[in-house]
Amino acid sequence: MSERKRVTIPIRVEPGTDLPAAERSAVLEAVKTNRGLEGSLLPILHAIQDRIGWIPPRMVPLIAHELNLSRAEVHGVLTFYHYFRQHQPGRHVIYLCRAEACQAVGATNLEAHAKRALGTEFHGTSGDGRYTLEPVYCLGNCASGPSLMIDRELHGRVTPERFDELITATGS
Amino acid sequence: MSVIVYIPREATALSLGAHAVARAVTEEVSRRQESVQIVRTGSRGLFWLEPLIEVQTSEGRMAYGPVQAADVPGLFAAGFLGAGQHRLRLGLAESIPYLKNQERLTCGRLGVIDPLSLDDYRAHGGYHGLKAALPMEPAAIVRAVTDSGLRGRGGAEFPTGIKWKTVHDAPGTQKYIVCNADEGDSGTFSDRLLMEGDPFCLIEGMTIAGLAVGATRGYIYLRCEYPHAHDTMTQAIATAYAQGYLGTDLLGSGRAFGLELRLGAGAYICGEETSLLESLEGRRGQIRFKPPLPALKGLFGCPTVVNNVISFASVPIILQRGAQYYRDYGMGRSRGTLPIQLAGNIARGGLVERAFGVTLRELLYDYGGGTRSGRPIRAVQVGGPLGAYWPQSKFDTPLDYEAFAQAGGMLGHGGIVVFDDTVDMAAQARYAMEFCAIESCGKCTPCRIGSTRGVEIIDRLIAGDRAAMQQALLRDLCDTMFNGSLCALGGLTPYPVLSALDYFSEDFSKPAVLQAAMR
Repeated sequence: MSERKRVTIPIRVEPGTDLPAAERSAVLEAVKTNRGLEGSLLPILHAIQDRIGWIPPRMVPLIAHELNLSRAEVHGVLTFYHYFRQHQPGRHVIYLCRAEACQAVGATNLEAHAKRALGTEFHGTSGDGRYTLEPVYCLGNCASGPSLMIDRELHGRVTPERFDELITATGS
Repeated sequence: MSVIVYIPREATALSLGAHAVARAVTEEVSRRQESVQIVRTGSRGLFWLEPLIEVQTSEGRMAYGPVQAADVPGLFAAGFLGAGQHRLRLGLAESIPYLKNQERLTCGRLGVIDPLSLDDYRAHGGYHGLKAALPMEPAAIVRAVTDSGLRGRGGAEFPTGIKWKTVHDAPGTQKYIVCNADEGDSGTFSDRLLMEGDPFCLIEGMTIAGLAVGATRGYIYLRCEYPHAHDTMTQAIATAYAQGYLGTDLLGSGRAFGLELRLGAGAYICGEETSLLESLEGRRGQIRFKPPLPALKGLFGCPTVVNNVISFASVPIILQRGAQYYRDYGMGRSRGTLPIQLAGNIARGGLVERAFGVTLRELLYDYGGGTRSGRPIRAVQVGGPLGAYWPQSKFDTPLDYEAFAQAGGMLGHGGIVVFDDTVDMAAQARYAMEFCAIESCGKCTPCRIGSTRGVEIIDRLIAGDRAAMQQALLRDLCDTMFNGSLCALGGLTPYPVLSALDYFSEDFSKPAVLQAAMR
């Protein structure tokens, strides 16, 4: 009988140990702050995105482990909500309204202009990495459209010319 | 004594430059070494005049608008602090006809008070409703709300008192109050205006609901597209806790009510109450089968009141002034007032709170002043993205839940989106299906698949590809969606689609023009 070779199979007890440190701490901090809440998954995902701007899918196992949920459950929630972003955004995010009240005052033109000016479709980022363009279905600024929000700043009656001014005025 | 200047901090005013105006006023004040107190308010909802700033005088608040930062030095030179004449001077704010001719029961404090000042809120009638409710039997509070005739202002139009009674009567030690602040309908902003301009009113209404049904815990589910409302509500809730208006001992009564604000994440469907509850519980916002009703098995399986922001905000005045006072406004079975929102291509857009019974035509022309573009109004969409598109011939319909239903539409949350004669109604119909496809939760087939098939059929229809057949197919599909969908998203998407087809059929048979428009 020949001697059997011993092989060590690495068992990863805790998921997420291979995450970059910043991402790992973003998850752990968000979980720590919100764990006591009823139905804490959405607040936790918000906290992560607020901190690092997106929610890398590689975080899913760690979030699931921390909340005692299956990966499928976390993946399901992450992918259901339009606001949660699974790709790293540009330095600023432009949320452009394409709902009816803005359509009535030229949002469709503005959309075409924005895509041309930034050189990207919706969900994409301009070549210089400054702007990610996202569609939004109503910002509640419906009497003063077309509307858009750059990061958290709302702008009304945005013409294509005004759009150009705004993206020039916003810092790098 | 210092002069008080009011400058809004509400999102629309900010989107039109209110912060820059406030900065300019501050600079001018310090340059001129004037003694001025600047109060940041919500908006009165006269959006074509925003940023609308006001200065306190002995006769009332003198309004100036729309003011840009560059106008500020000129205003001061014209003696603005003493209500001096200037081309932007509008007269006393309360006497502006658009505002004067309203019946502001629910929205009376908007733009008037400092939304974050509990003292200001109390000085303007705030918390009288709660004080009236505290000594009452829970069943008596429910009866007052029932007697007022208040129906759900979110769009479902269900009698609020009956919903509350169901929760009141339901057994259970843990019950919840949930506020649906996921105001996703395009053309609506009254919830946002209220939360930004009078947040304590919502807190008070929810607290009264808690007392009425025996719930000690409440949630506000707010859409993440409203960061300004989020900031204001967060601060107001903290203040209410600090001053004993929330917590374990409401105003020393020994009664408890706690409130927490939660953010949605950009899913329109979460405005549907069962999806909202799923989302609050931390899951995908997929709708639930009904029954059981949320009133019996709602949040975490407990009896739950789910009402819209405006529904809750209408409760304090009902308790303060009595059910009869509220009920005396309105027509038919639509009692009280509705905060109507004039939006889209409208010259004087904004908030008009009127008793039910006012006609669309009065709203569109007397208040709204026709289109912003100056062209004729061709179509209006009332009730959000699931509301019907109506032509001129329907403009004499009174705002009344039953009258609207009878005319083949719905009042919904009271948003009116105006389109001029450049609108392409086939593109609007296509968009309605596209929106349904983007926002469908995916639970039921008519909505999930039907919406995508709908876009395809409309594309073929406007391309002139066997048009008669496509029309028949589209109507059949709409019938399936209407009758077979689990909730209003799939179920009502046929409204905008079929109304566009019925009233504006000419737009569906101009293939070359339409294809160009859609590219």
